[in-house]
Amino acid sequence: MTVMEQRGAYRPSPPPAWQPRTDPTPLLPDAAPYRVLGTETAGKADPELLRRLYAQLVIGRRYNAQATALTKQGRLAVYPSSTGQEACEVAAALVLEDRDWLFPSYRDTLAAVVRGVDPVEALTLLRGDWHTGYDPYAHRVAPLCTPLATQLPHAVGLAHAARLKGDDVVALAIVGDGGTSEGDFHEALNFAAVWQAPVVFLVQNNGFAISVPLAKQTAAPSLAHKAVGYGMPGRLVDGNDAAAVHEVLTDAVRHARAGGGPTLVEAVTYRLEAHTNADDDKRYRADSEVDAWRDHDPIALLERELTERGWLDEAGVRAAREDAEALAADLRARLNQDPELDPMDLFDHVYAEPTPQLREQQALLRAELAAGQEGEL
Amino acid sequence: MTTVAVKPATMAQALTRALRDAMAADPSVHVMGEDVGTLGGVFRITDGLAKEFGEDRCTDTPLAEAGILGAAVGMAMYGLRPVVEMQFDAFAYPSFEQLVSHVARMRNRTRGKMPLPITIRVPYGGGIGGVEHHSDSSEAYYMATPGLHVVTPATVPDAYGLLRAAIASDDPVVFLEPKRLYWSKDVWNPDEPQSVEPIGRAVVRRSGRSATLITYGPSVPVCLEAAEAARAEGWDLEVVDLRSLVPFDDETVCASVRRTGRAVVVHESGGFGGPGGEIAARVTERCFHHLEAPVLRVAGFDIPYPPPMLERHHLPGVDRILDAVARLQWEAES
Repeated sequence: MTVMEQRGAYRPSPPPAWQPRTDPTPLLPDAAPYRVLGTETAGKADPELLRRLYAQLVIGRRYNAQATALTKQGRLAVYPSSTGQEACEVAAALVLEDRDWLFPSYRDTLAAVVRGVDPVEALTLLRGDWHTGYDPYAHRVAPLCTPLATQLPHAVGLAHAARLKGDDVVALAIVGDGGTSEGDFHEALNFAAVWQAPVVFLVQNNGFAISVPLAKQTAAPSLAHKAVGYGMPGRLVDGNDAAAVHEVLTDAVRHARAGGGPTLVEAVTYRLEAHTNADDDKRYRADSEVDAWRDHDPIALLERELTERGWLDEAGVRAAREDAEALAADLRARLNQDPELDPMDLFDHVYAEPTPQLREQQALLRAELAAGQEGEL
Repeated sequence: MTTVAVKPATMAQALTRALRDAMAADPSVHVMGEDVGTLGGVFRITDGLAKEFGEDRCTDTPLAEAGILGAAVGMAMYGLRPVVEMQFDAFAYPSFEQLVSHVARMRNRTRGKMPLPITIRVPYGGGIGGVEHHSDSSEAYYMATPGLHVVTPATVPDAYGLLRAAIASDDPVVFLEPKRLYWSKDVWNPDEPQSVEPIGRAVVRRSGRSATLITYGPSVPVCLEAAEAARAEGWDLEVVDLRSLVPFDDETVCASVRRTGRAVVVHESGGFGGPGGEIAARVTERCFHHLEAPVLRVAGFDIPYPPPMLERHHLPGVDRILDAVARLQWEAES
């Protein structure tokens, strides 16, 4: 008889009143990602919504291409492209009402732009011209967040505060697959579920955390499964299917707004380009894999659906491309101008009032600048 | 002759009163943390607040410091004034990323658009027999992070006045509560109107001419005791209580050192890379020609905080302070 047999199988005895808090079954995600495009469901979709998604996807693709090009020209310090992931970006921005909040990660510039942030201001961080170029309150978009998953507790706190104030506000926070490994991901989901905060967590599972594939990130059946442990529903969706992502996020936002609490949505997508321009993706993935995903391109999927159903004509395609070109041209023109930065601004906004120590340092820099100017004369 | 009935009160009572007054005065003030609700906090600082203001304003959170502080960031973004309790000094470490990456710099990274008026209460320091991870003095970490105010009271009235100021501040404030002074009593009448102390001003607790003891928080009473003991040696020590580590009150500190010509910095946290090094350097840079002796430091040893049975050897006490004062080369004057 083994020791374990002597002791009996490990069976924790529950206290008398113990009941599972939530039946996990309805919280579990579907086994396969939810799809709309290419299925019969697509026929019931709103053509106007799909055309709007399409137009934004085309703009988004061009925006990504232009920003990447500007990186090569040295106009941006770095650009983490969302090429291939535009459906998630666009849907995330479009499902929110004006009063709602978006909490983007560093890769989600496009979501901010679709939400209305000026494209140049959205790139300020990546240009190296201050850290947040836009007023977060103007469009209710939190600053692009570089540390992983740390924006998620902010979304929870904001949504919770809004609810305490009686405001009908939802926060949608975006995180990548790698970010789900961070402690802040766990703490945010747990807080949101305990507080029943009106939050939607959107995981853009693009396959890689820089070079590390999902299999080395998690042993969970899917990232959406993680929701169950927190007591919130998990939804799994095809992240390249703009109609599906929009529908699932709309459901989650509606659920949150109605007081139903948070939802974790995993959108399965793919990063068609490298992590950033500093990354060599050939070291960790084969061209064949990338090509396979190119065949599942979010723009092609939607364009095929729309044209096959006769909901989009050549004029519509042309109009979307023209809008995209106009945005790219504007971006190019404005980013090709050197920003005017005042070094004296370094000491502003560290505190509401500069400390005496900062005033001294400000005086030092002012003197250095004055001496430099004299030297030039 | 009329006598005013003045009750002695503890620092803990003053802190509770400050929280209650702040919550009553401003509905956007929210207290949150682990055990702060029903229990009233492990030190009872938040006692009665949940009952008086409701659980939405004094909230027991899940046990997760990063989550607590991260949620507070979002709440502050939406116009609330969260007052967060980190149960013990070393328990705050999981929240450091939120602190340094977001709390401290949100105002700066948004060019003033998104200030975060968060107060982070951290019971800190040793001397209460706490076991491991319950007695750290982590002020050097906070001081090294631009964007944070770092405040620590040493008296009962200051506990009230500085906490009210911290909560009213539009910037994040790390409010370090010397836990071994929680039960120290002072003449403080809670029924009288209380003053709010502006953050950033040091105060001379005891005037003297021979040398200045520069200190803060839990070491202030120790320094005052040392100053009394020093009289037997014929030394007349001045004691400066910093009250605020960031911003630092160079003016008060340097005025004192210029008067006395000698200075010893006293604190519990380790000396290497500790606050004393910064303070000694500042004093030396500004008062060099007034100094009769090098600025000395009496600090905790550079060791992980020791077990409680040995902490009395680690904490700067009266004798160690007096030894340092003796090393200020008094013979040079005679």
